[in-house]
Amino acid sequence: MKVVAALSGGVDSAVAAARAVDAGHDVTGIHLALARSPQSHRTGARGCCTLEDARDARRVADVLGIPFYVWDLSDRFAEDVIDDFLEEYAAGRTPNPCLRCNEKIKFTAVLDRALALGFDAISTGHYARIVDGPAGRELHRAVDPAKDQSYVLGVLDRDQLAGAMFPLGDSLKTAVREEAARRGLLVADKPDSHDICFVPTGDTGAWLRDRLGAAPGDILDAESGEALGQHEGAFAFTVGQRRGLGLGHPAADGARRYVLGVDTATSTVLVGPPVLLDVDVIRAERPRWCGPAPVGPVEGHVQLRAHGEPVAAVVEVVDVDVDGDGGPVVVAHLRDRTRGVAPGQALVVYDGTRVVGSATITRSTRA
Amino acid sequence: MATTPVYLDHAATTPLRPEALAAITAELGEVGNPSSLHASGRRARRVVEESRESIAAHLGVSAGEVVFTSGGTEADNLAVKGIYRARRGADDRRRRVLASAVEHHAVLDPVQWLGDAEQADVSWLAVDDLGRLRLEWLEKEIAAAPETVALVTVMWANNEVGTIQPIAEVAALCAEHGIPLHTDAVQAVGTLDVDAGTVDSLALSGHKVGGPHGVGAVVLRRGLAVEPLIHGGGQERDVRSGTLDTPAIAGLAAAVGASMRDRGERVERLRELRDALVADVLATVDGVTRNGDPHDCLPGIAHLSFEGCEGDALLLLLDAAGVECSRGSACSAGVPQPSHVLLAMGMDPVAARSSLRLSLGHTSTRADIDRLVEVLPAVVARARRAGTAR
Repeated sequence: MKVVAALSGGVDSAVAAARAVDAGHDVTGIHLALARSPQSHRTGARGCCTLEDARDARRVADVLGIPFYVWDLSDRFAEDVIDDFLEEYAAGRTPNPCLRCNEKIKFTAVLDRALALGFDAISTGHYARIVDGPAGRELHRAVDPAKDQSYVLGVLDRDQLAGAMFPLGDSLKTAVREEAARRGLLVADKPDSHDICFVPTGDTGAWLRDRLGAAPGDILDAESGEALGQHEGAFAFTVGQRRGLGLGHPAADGARRYVLGVDTATSTVLVGPPVLLDVDVIRAERPRWCGPAPVGPVEGHVQLRAHGEPVAAVVEVVDVDVDGDGGPVVVAHLRDRTRGVAPGQALVVYDGTRVVGSATITRSTRA
Repeated sequence: MATTPVYLDHAATTPLRPEALAAITAELGEVGNPSSLHASGRRARRVVEESRESIAAHLGVSAGEVVFTSGGTEADNLAVKGIYRARRGADDRRRRVLASAVEHHAVLDPVQWLGDAEQADVSWLAVDDLGRLRLEWLEKEIAAAPETVALVTVMWANNEVGTIQPIAEVAALCAEHGIPLHTDAVQAVGTLDVDAGTVDSLALSGHKVGGPHGVGAVVLRRGLAVEPLIHGGGQERDVRSGTLDTPAIAGLAAAVGASMRDRGERVERLRELRDALVADVLATVDGVTRNGDPHDCLPGIAHLSFEGCEGDALLLLLDAAGVECSRGSACSAGVPQPSHVLLAMGMDPVAARSSLRLSLGHTSTRADIDRLVEVLPAVVARARRAGTAR
C-alpha cells in the first residue's frame, strides 16, 4: 500500500512509520504544521509544531529512507480546532481538542488529501488497534492500558477508520522506546507530549482570558444561592474542578466545594459539595459511530474523559432530539454513579475493548 | 526508484564541474595555510591568489576586489550589513535601504533585520508583473532624499522566476547620487554576461556555478567602506576573517572558469531546452501559465503555474515519479509559504502556491524534458483532483 506516515517528531510516530516501512508499504513521511504563525517555528515553544519537532521528524524520515514533506494545515487547524475550542469554552463547556483534531484534521483534511494524491492510508503513532471484525473494520483499545488512545479516536467513522493504520496498538510504550533506540531513531528519549499543543505555556485559563476577555461574575452556592465570591470569567471553570476557586472560607460543614455548573450566559459558577457531582444519566449529542450505528441498547462501558476509568452503562440512541437541534441523542444509564462529568467532553462507548462510537456530552443528571 | 531521478533543480544547486572536482581533489591532499609564511603556506597562497585573479578577470574587476566568503548568503550579508554600517557610521543621516521586493532571502532577511535591529528605514522597490524592477520607483525613492540612502540592493537575476533586472540602469542611477549598489548575482554569474565593474558590490556562490558548496565571494569595489561581520585574523582585506579554504577556492575558480569558457554554447543550448520544455508542457497540460519575463530571463529557468493545483502536491507526485524540481523558495521548517517574489509580481496567493520552478543546467538533456512531459499529465491530473489545500 501507499502510506502517509504522519511524523510529529516524537518517538511514537517514528516507530509507527518504521513499522509501516518494515511491513513493505511504500511510505511517505508527512509533518503537519499546525501553528498558524510561521514565526512561532522559531520561538521554540513546547508542544507540537516547533522547528525542532519538524527537524526531528525530517531526521526520522532520513533514517528510514523515505520522502518527507511538511503539510501546512495551520488555517484548517485554527478554524476547526482552536476556534471551536474557544467557542466551546465561551459557552461554558470543556472541549477535548485532540478528538476534534483527529476528526477534522488528521482523519479528514490530511486523509482526504492523501487519498486524493493516490495514497491508501495514513499511519499514526496512536495507541489503538484496528481489527477486522465480522461487520468490517473495528477500533479497539490498545494493548498498553496506560497509553491507550482509543478515547481520542472514538470520533472516527467507518470511512476514516478504513484509511487509518495504527502500528503501535499491540505494543507497550516501553517496548516502543526500546525499539526506537534499537533502530537508531534519535527521538527515542524524547519526552511524551502533554497538555494542549496550542497553549504553549500550559496555562489554559490565562490563554482563554487573553482571547475571551474578562467576564467577571459571581460564584454561587448551588444550594443556598448565596454569592460566595467573584471570578474573572466563568469559561475558565470546569465541572468537577476543586482548585482555584479562590473562596477564602470553607463551607459551613467544612466540606470542600466543587464546581457543579458553569453558565457563561449569566457569568455564574455554581459550587457545592461533591455529592452533588454524582450522576448516573448522561446525555450526549452529535454521535459518531466507528462502525454501524447500534440497533437497540448497548450494554457496555462508557469513558467520560481522556484518562478516565470505563464505567459500566447501558447506552441507547434516541432518534428525536428533545434538546432542540433535531439530531440523534445518546443517553447513557450508568450502573453506578460517577463524579464530575463536564459538558463538552466526549462520551466514548465501548463494547469490551471495541469502540462503538462517541458523542459530545450535553447534560448529566441523577435518575 | 530504479531509474536515476531526472534533475530539474539546477537553480538550487548544480552538479560539480569535472574541472572543479579535479582542482578540489588536487588541493585536498596538500598542507599549507595561505597565511603562513613558509614554503607550504606560500604554495597555498599562490593557489588562492591565482584563483582570485582568475575570478576577477572573468568578472571584469581587479583581484584585490574579490573577497572570499563561506557562500552566497555570507557574501550578501557582508555587503548589506557591512555597507549599511560603514555608510551610516560616516554620516548618521544615511539610514535608508532601498531593496527590490524580489530579493533572495539572503538579502531580504538582512535588510529586514537592519530595519528591526539597527533603525534602518527600509523601502521595498516594486516590480512589474514580470518581476522586473520599476526604475521610476527607484528614481523617486532616491530623489526624495538622496543624502539619506545608505545603499541600494537589486539582484542581477531572480532565482525563482529568472527575470533579469536592469542592473546597468540601476547602477547609473545610483552612481549619479554616489550611492553604493549591491547586487546578488548568485544566479547570474557563469550564465549571463556579468561585468562586476558596473556595480559597487556583487555576491556569487560556488555551488550555483558548478563549484563546491560552502564557498562564495563578494566583489567589493576598491575604496568602498565595508564593516566586517566576522572578526579575526583579517585574512581577506580585513573585511572578512577566517583561514581560507584553499581546495574550495581552487574549485570555485575552476568552476567559474569552466562556465565562462562554455557560456555561449551552454546558454544557447539551455535556452533551446528550456523553450522546448515550456512548449511541450503547454502542449500537454491545460491551465499552465508561464511566469516571469519570457525574454529577459535566465536561460535555464521555467517557472510555471498549474491552475487548480497545489505546488506541494505537484512536488510530491513528481518526486515519487522520479522528477526533482522545487517551488522556488525553501524555508527552514519546510513550511510552504506563497513566494514573496510571486506576490510582489501581483499574483494572488492561490496562484502563487500552484507554481513550480523547473531549472536546467550544464548536465540537462532533451531526455530529461521528455521524461518530465511523460509523467506530468498524470501528476497534474492527480494534483487537480486533490485540489488546492485550504
